[in-house]
Amino acid sequence: MTTDVITTSIDEQPHELDPNKPLVQVKDLEVSFRTQGGDVHAVRGVNFDIYPGETVAIVGESGSGKSTTATALMNLLPGNGRISGGQVLIEDKDISKLGQRQMAAVRGHVIGYVPQDPMSNLNPVWSVGFQVREAIKANGLAKGRKEVEARAIEVLQQAGLSDAERRMKQFPHQFSGGMRQRVLIGIGLGANPKLLIADEPTSALDVTVQKTILDHIENLTRARNTAVLLITHDLGLAAERASKVIVMHQGKIVEAGPSRAILTDPQHPYTRRLLAAAPSIASQRIGATVSEDAKDEGVIELASIAKDRHEEAEAHAGGAVVKVEDLTKVFSIRRGGFKSEDLTAVDNVSFEVHKGTTMALVGESGSGKTTVARMILGLETPTSGEITVGGTRLDKAQGKELFDVRRRMQPVFQDPYASLDPQRSIGAIIGEPLKVHKVGDAKSRTARVEELLDQVSLPGAIAHRYPNELSGGQRQRVAIARALALKPEVVVLDEAVSALDVLVQAQVLQLLADLQTELGLTYLFITHDLAVVRVIADEVAVMEQGKIVEAGATDEVFANPQQAYTQRLLDAIPGSGLDWAV
Amino acid sequence: MLRYILRRLLQAIPVFFGTTFLLYFMVFSMPGDPILALFGDRTPNEAVYNSLVEQYNLDEPFIVQYLLYMRDLFTGNLGVTFSGRSVNEVFADAFPVTLMLVTMAVIFEFVLAAVLGLISGLRAGKLSDQFNLVVALVLNSIPAFVAMFFAQYFIALGLGWAPVTVGANATWSTMWLPALTIALTLYVVGMRLMRGSVIESRGADYVRTAYAKGLTSRRVTPVHVARNSLIPVITNTAASFGALIAGTTVTEGIFNIPGIGKVLYDAIIGGQGPTIVSFVTILTVMYIIVNILVDLLYAVLDPRIRYV
Repeated sequence: MTTDVITTSIDEQPHELDPNKPLVQVKDLEVSFRTQGGDVHAVRGVNFDIYPGETVAIVGESGSGKSTTATALMNLLPGNGRISGGQVLIEDKDISKLGQRQMAAVRGHVIGYVPQDPMSNLNPVWSVGFQVREAIKANGLAKGRKEVEARAIEVLQQAGLSDAERRMKQFPHQFSGGMRQRVLIGIGLGANPKLLIADEPTSALDVTVQKTILDHIENLTRARNTAVLLITHDLGLAAERASKVIVMHQGKIVEAGPSRAILTDPQHPYTRRLLAAAPSIASQRIGATVSEDAKDEGVIELASIAKDRHEEAEAHAGGAVVKVEDLTKVFSIRRGGFKSEDLTAVDNVSFEVHKGTTMALVGESGSGKTTVARMILGLETPTSGEITVGGTRLDKAQGKELFDVRRRMQPVFQDPYASLDPQRSIGAIIGEPLKVHKVGDAKSRTARVEELLDQVSLPGAIAHRYPNELSGGQRQRVAIARALALKPEVVVLDEAVSALDVLVQAQVLQLLADLQTELGLTYLFITHDLAVVRVIADEVAVMEQGKIVEAGATDEVFANPQQAYTQRLLDAIPGSGLDWAV
Repeated sequence: MLRYILRRLLQAIPVFFGTTFLLYFMVFSMPGDPILALFGDRTPNEAVYNSLVEQYNLDEPFIVQYLLYMRDLFTGNLGVTFSGRSVNEVFADAFPVTLMLVTMAVIFEFVLAAVLGLISGLRAGKLSDQFNLVVALVLNSIPAFVAMFFAQYFIALGLGWAPVTVGANATWSTMWLPALTIALTLYVVGMRLMRGSVIESRGADYVRTAYAKGLTSRRVTPVHVARNSLIPVITNTAASFGALIAGTTVTEGIFNIPGIGKVLYDAIIGGQGPTIVSFVTILTVMYIIVNILVDLLYAVLDPRIRYV
């Protein structure tokens, strides 16, 4: 990615505002949602100010009220939500007293908005050009068709879409996630607002794209003296980008202050827990041992329990459980009409995973890492190459032999919401593999389900409940229990912790480490997140465009990356260049 | 896209042969002698009877008769009706009438579904939504022919706004009442589809983003809410177009409209096998074509859908 040159046209001179007069004042803000079970108070008495040109970050887990606070600032709460107390003042005007028209004038013009999920925030049935032009016309930035068009192209180019002119007629689905997010940034900044609200602007994107996008937002807003309200779950990212950090928990601000102070001297126990759980700071592989006092406090400090298991791992390491040789997968992509094109998703990949160790396969989306996992699981047939699992050649195995190999190898997938059948009870979900492979009778299976639930630290009573009654973290524990039901040798974890909040993520990673030691499991860990790799993997292989570009022991790869691509992935970890309190 | 159309057309071939074969078989198995039926109350003498049997190949086995029929069909000869007119001619007279009726009915159906569905969706749970639902349920529960008698009695006879029956004078202005009655019995499905997708897109992320751009609801509602919600309604309406072309028999019977349905109705009552087969064959082909067009319409309305 080339560094984008920021052209500033006449109406984009930096805002000249009194730096001591707050742009936004939030006073005792309360937001509640009307639900069937009564009112839910999502935001409970929040106070903060945003001054012109400054970057403020709100950090918290999902459900902490951070996004609700942001939407309340724009008066865009969903239908059942309302501001039930306090005030939001924008340039000294109370937004709850503004009419529809006046509020529309504030949106776009005073407050720009960059939403979280680039996939769902552009209307799929209108071209990208249409949606940008619409924003420009709404804010009266240009008159006449030609002028609007020119301005739209300019806005997109500033947001980093260098070929904007050519792509105006294309539809959102023809853009990649990163490109769509640039379009949304273009729309958000198109009217040169005084404040930009960026709600998790990059959490749906690859880590290197993340960095480019955040750098871009920073450059654009700094040049124009635009204030930024950054909403994120990642404390590292917040500290790196913002001057002021607000930590929210259950609808309340638990701590606020200059980002450096929060990072080096956190006061509130919750902030300390968040800091400790952030994988970006744990420098080494975690083992199974959890100090008793840490358990008592319910605190899992990845950093403090990390220990060098390298020698231990080597002592335990048996032969290769999974062996992949010259694996290649070619997909044929239709190109309209009668043409088709070959896409080599996996290109001559070879590696081994040793018994009782964790091998991480790292790369951005499109690098082929998930295709490798799917081929090992037998969900996809390789074009060429060999896969051996526990001495059995997968491509040669048929019928009963294949059935038995499958039993020794189990997956855990990324999305804990989509990978559990909502119609079946937890007990039935975990017990299903046992039933399929005819292990034991009904009674012994029930006993095994209970044992498994215990292993993943869930109460036995949960067996009678259904997936929608569980939190994301609990669901992922259920998915792990299901994977373990058949006592497999190999567990393939495809982005198994990427969808989880940082505290839950730390707990699940700890659970995986405990189970590995206890049961001698071998993990193949597929992820885009190098920070997670560092705490879970013994070996790492970095994939780029279907090839393994670098492989080796985790510590070596991290300490001394040989490839520029690996270095770029490492640099992109949020907060990698900061000093931390722990 | 071209490949998709070709594939759909290829798929239509077995459908075409399957339906015509079944149809021919059913008509062949109908009780009664077609030649006796042709003469009505009179009885033909043996020589005439035998020559007619030979002329219509009725002495041949079933499969030969079917193949002969297919040969005629592909050479454009759909046979003659018992009254002596060629089926092509009868069809050419009746089809424009039915097309007019169905077009009008479908337009009414679409407008009712889109407008009432939008109102219901925007006011979900409120009084106007509840009222819409009750009206829709009542209309949906009334059998079509009952609704038509009501329309004839109250609107045509009582208020005199439209002729009670259409007869030979089939124009836009004489047929609006049957068209509206068809629409009222059909719009409910589309209305509920519209309501559901309006509620869904109102809460969509891109709608919130549209407001965040600084747009007012006067712009967001038609451009981002209604436009996206119309896709299922349009395709539902288009599908009912196909069904109606082949399914206005009862309406045309009641309102005495000289369209395809009426001809078919008379043919079935009179046991005129060849006419039934020819007409239903044409309707089958049209139904297949309309359905392919409906599928292609999806791709026009939703840029994400591309057929490969």
